[in-house]
Amino acid sequence: MSSETKQILTTDGIPLEVSLKKAEKKNKIKAFLLVAPLLLFLVITYIFPIGDMFMRSVDDRMVTNMLPKTFKAMEKWENLEELPPEEVYRGFYEDYKVLVEKQEHGKLGQRLNKEKNGFNTITKRLFRQIKRNKIDESISIKEQINKIHKRWRNVEFWLAIKRTAPPYTMAKYLKGMDMYVASDGSIAQVDEDRRIHRILWLRTLEIAFFVTLFSFFMGYPIAHLLATLPMKYSNLLMICVLLPFWTSLLVRTASWMILLQQQGVVNDFFVMIGLVGDDNRPEMMYNKVGTYVAMTQILLPFMVLPLYSVMKTISPSLMRAGKSLGGTPFVAFWKVYFPLTIPGIGAGCLLVFILAIGYYITPALVGGASGTLISNQIAFHMKTTLDWSFASAMGLMLLTGVLVIYWIYNKLVGVDNIKLG
Amino acid sequence: MSKNPEFVKFDKVDKSYDGKVLVVKDLQLDIAEGEFITMLGPSGSGKTTCLMMLAGFETPTHGEILLDGNIISNIPPHKRGIGMVFQNYALFPHMTVYENLAFPLRVRKVEKDEIDKKVDKALSMVSLNGFETRMPAQLSGGQQQRVAVARALVFDPAVVLMDEPLGALDKNLRESMQYEIKHIHESIGVTVVYVTHDQSEALTMSNRIAVFNDGKVQQLSNPAELYEKPVNSFVAEFIGENNTFNGEIVDIDKDKCKVKLANSEILANPISVKSKGEKTTVSLRPERALINPSEKMDNMFTGKIEEVIYHGDHTRVRLNLLGSSEFILKVPNSTSNLELKVSQDINIGWNSIDARALDPK
Repeated sequence: MSSETKQILTTDGIPLEVSLKKAEKKNKIKAFLLVAPLLLFLVITYIFPIGDMFMRSVDDRMVTNMLPKTFKAMEKWENLEELPPEEVYRGFYEDYKVLVEKQEHGKLGQRLNKEKNGFNTITKRLFRQIKRNKIDESISIKEQINKIHKRWRNVEFWLAIKRTAPPYTMAKYLKGMDMYVASDGSIAQVDEDRRIHRILWLRTLEIAFFVTLFSFFMGYPIAHLLATLPMKYSNLLMICVLLPFWTSLLVRTASWMILLQQQGVVNDFFVMIGLVGDDNRPEMMYNKVGTYVAMTQILLPFMVLPLYSVMKTISPSLMRAGKSLGGTPFVAFWKVYFPLTIPGIGAGCLLVFILAIGYYITPALVGGASGTLISNQIAFHMKTTLDWSFASAMGLMLLTGVLVIYWIYNKLVGVDNIKLG
Repeated sequence: MSKNPEFVKFDKVDKSYDGKVLVVKDLQLDIAEGEFITMLGPSGSGKTTCLMMLAGFETPTHGEILLDGNIISNIPPHKRGIGMVFQNYALFPHMTVYENLAFPLRVRKVEKDEIDKKVDKALSMVSLNGFETRMPAQLSGGQQQRVAVARALVFDPAVVLMDEPLGALDKNLRESMQYEIKHIHESIGVTVVYVTHDQSEALTMSNRIAVFNDGKVQQLSNPAELYEKPVNSFVAEFIGENNTFNGEIVDIDKDKCKVKLANSEILANPISVKSKGEKTTVSLRPERALINPSEKMDNMFTGKIEEVIYHGDHTRVRLNLLGSSEFILKVPNSTSNLELKVSQDINIGWNSIDARALDPK
């Protein structure tokens, strides 16, 4: 832009921009008021919970708040290979006494026990000593505590307390990747036989990928048929595609259970046509096969609809042009039709993949042990272990994963190329 | 090489989509090599169906289509080697202009240098050099049209089909494109089959015009004959403007007949009437009727002006004449302009040879 750009004035001498803003202000306010309820709803139901989830997943303030004097004194603990100085013991004793009065000492014991096995026992011993007023505050607290249990004389346990000092922790995220902070502060892998989360992450990605692939190969021809059939047939077919949408997810999954179980319809049919023996019925449920079949069927409409909406806009004369110019039907399809459907393919695949990656009910019901996904693990921690901060951490990891996939997609294909309809 | 007068031949072709209605009935049409032939007709008259059958996108229900003596009904479209320009251009939106033009050459496995040469030649034919890297969406309607024409010609097809290619353009552009396509045809001598419902387009461009109605060719002749000598009322009505009188033959001679209207009689040229008592529709071009004719004409009447509409180069006058208030006159805009006022009485005359007594409407 040239620096000499003159301000354009209206006939009344007001700058044009000011005048334009004034004229559009009312409309802008109206438009904002219209979307305001939605915005508010989104903030309350989406942004706020995600923020809360994040806080919950990193929050580790419990011990920080319970042992203020201990941590203050620990700042002076320099030689970490030796037991902490007297001030630390005294601080810990005073903090613990307050907790005993508030009857919160049990929580501390449990929390510290998670950090280092064996803590619960020795805090209980300390509790009994305090109850019986056996601790003399005028002499060295350090020696008295050390006498309670030999573990109090082990520096490892004091280091464990020190590790809980920061109010925030990434431990839950590390746990989600089968890693933990070792006693020396380095990040270590859990034992090989206990690495369950990594398997689940990989399986989730694998199942989401293959479900997307299956949906694509099944959905593409259906969408093409829908887009090219005459209206009266395409409406009927559209209803068939949408029918699963109108049925409850549970009902659909349950019907797959009826079909796929070992004494189910599909197996009966296989036996009937002699494909398999009656005593040798294949397991098609409570494993990956069941998850693939049921999830592909349930997510198929999400692939078909974006594809259909894109294909609908492609003029049939383009294929004709391709053929009349000498392209075989395959060349016309591959060089002309297919590239034009890429926005729909992108939208459909992204939609199905993202939905599949967080799928819960279907794998829970038909997946069995080898067909469950990370979301089932999240639900397990929400409902059974009540470790909400861990569930939050894994939920956020899933969300981050989806955002990363979206970012990669944007880099590869470009988000403006997505067409949902 | 002598021109083959039956380069494209429709031989007794019928076409029905639903087995109940014939969209094309017993079509017999020969197209000579290098000819520019237009299929003209209202929508639903079967002209596009004929084109699609020739291109291979529809199959004739009965009869054969021959291209240079070979039956092509069983050859798929991509092996026919027929270029086609579609109504909405059908440019591939994800390819550049160059790629669009190179497509028919690439599928024919033409060498890269050769492709460049041919694309360049085709683009210069439609004066679009320098547009190679543009995407179709970055072109104006007229430019897209030219690209479509160039693409249909770039692989040197024997026949080019054009399906209402100018329908989406505005009037001025349409007219200049008409001349451009006509010149391209003249310079490369390709056989063109052109479909349109715009009669002025057909008259401007074609060597011959086939007027379609109701699945049949009503008249096949050159533009002048079509306009001057329509063989039936449909053609007379469809091509250009005309004034019609419905009446009954009361007297008939070799080249003259007397037609009795509601309350008067006129002389006409018997075309498709043969005997007394037949019903007829007499068709007269507006420009053949003159105001205050100086020479002797055998039809002279007085009419009352009902409406005067100024059209720039001419003035349209609607008259109440011989019991019909729909009689149209075209008065050219010249210096000796007449004072034409509504409800003024004027004398009108025309020669009976120009009043063609055709089949009754």
